[in-house]
Order: sequence, then structure tokens, then C-alpha cells
Amino acid sequence: MKAINRIKLTIQSLPENIALARVSVAAFIAQVDLTVDELEDIKVAVSEAVSNAIIHGYDQRSDQWVEIEVARFSDYYEIIVQDYGKGIADIKQAMEPTYSTHPDRTGLGFVFMQSFMDEVQVVSEVGKGTSVTLRKKLAPDKAAPN
Amino acid sequence: MLLNTQMVDQSLVVKIKGELDLLTAETFRNLVERDLKRGKAQNLILDMEHVSFIDSSGLGVILGRYRRVREQGGTMALVGVKPHVKRILELAGIMGIMKVYQETEQALADVN
Repeated sequence: MKAINRIKLTIQSLPENIALARVSVAAFIAQVDLTVDELEDIKVAVSEAVSNAIIHGYDQRSDQWVEIEVARFSDYYEIIVQDYGKGIADIKQAMEPTYSTHPDRTGLGFVFMQSFMDEVQVVSEVGKGTSVTLRKKLAPDKAAPN
Repeated sequence: MLLNTQMVDQSLVVKIKGELDLLTAETFRNLVERDLKRGKAQNLILDMEHVSFIDSSGLGVILGRYRRVREQGGTMALVGVKPHVKRILELAGIMGIMKVYQETEQALADVN
């Protein structure tokens, strides 16, 4: 299926850029008349994916790149967050809610992504990086004609 | 994010304004830890009325402070939680372990 509209944003792997990423994605998606709650859900999911890329993908090294691509299809949005960091050896374990190696982290990042989006796909290769695809369906009255 | 802290009897009251995410979580942790030690506070009350965004990084530092306050026998409470923040707190199970109040005075009267 061909995207109706797309944006691509590349940010340096700095925590300062997480807010920019989530607000930019929300602003793009807000071209469709979504509710405030729906936009907040998307902002949280994007924040989690980009934070994961910085914290886990790059071990908080600030000189790397995180790519965020957003595409509008007729009845859904797709957001892809890509890093080129260390990758995830065990995706199933990484997505479990209690999995966190840090006392001040909840391990709930993927839980929030799964709760707030309709679909979450993770593709990762150790030493190559991780790609997180988030999809949000649009209500039938918001869908664009094919 | 802006933080305003105040000691009231045995409690440290922290007013948070802005976004609580990976960027601001460390600032929050360092300042609250410093003031908990400095004021020898037993309890911690977070006024979240002006928190405009929170994600799991923000929740993590709140839960970290909760563990610390509980370890020293104190109580932690939240004040003025807005609906979009409440949804995140509910999903994380925080609403089941911390009391939430409408006003700081109510929380102080309960915990002190």
C-alpha cells in the first residue's frame, strides 16, 4: 500500500531530542482529527521507542543517530524508530514488563507501546541495531479514500 | 521541567511543572534525593497538577523515590494528577500503591 504522506526525522541520540521527536510525530499525525487522548498515546509510545534506542541501543552514547519515519496510509499511521546500536539478543525477554536492569527503570516501555498502539513490531540484530514499528489504526470516519 | 521543593513538618513537598521523561528524570532524582537528605524528610508528596507529560522514564524515578521513602518507613503521596497522567499511572499500577489527593493540604494532613 502506498503512503499518502510521510516525514522522516533524524535526531542525535540525546535525551534533549526525545521531546522534539514525540511532538513532531504528534504534530504530523494531528493533521487527522484525533482526540487529545489518542495523540497523547502516540506521544508516549514514540517517547518509549526513542528512549529505548538511546538507553539500550546506544547505551546512552550521545553521538549516534536515531531515525524516525512516519507514514500516513489510508486507514492507519505507521511510525518506525530505527537505531544502529547494539541490538537486542532476546526480543521476547526485552518486551516483558519486569525486565529492567536499572533500579530507577520500570521496564514498562514496551508495555506502554503495546497498550497505546494497535500494533508493535520489533526487528533487531545484535551488533546492527533495532527497528520498532508502531501502527495506529484510524477510525473508519477518519480514513482517507484509497 | 521546573521543580519547587518545600519542607512541611516531616514531609518534602515537590511541585513539578512540565514534562517528566528521560531528559528530566535525572534532574528530578538528584534534586529530590538531595532535599530528602538535607531536610531529613520522612515522607514525600509530589504535586503533579502541572505535569504535562510522563512516560516510563518519569515513572521510574517516581517509583525509585517510592522505594526509598518506604525503606525509611515513610509515606509517599501524589496530588492533583491529571487524567492523561493518571492513565499512565494506572497502567503501571502506581495508583494501587500510592494515595492520590486533590490538594496538598489533604495529603499533608494525612501523612504528617
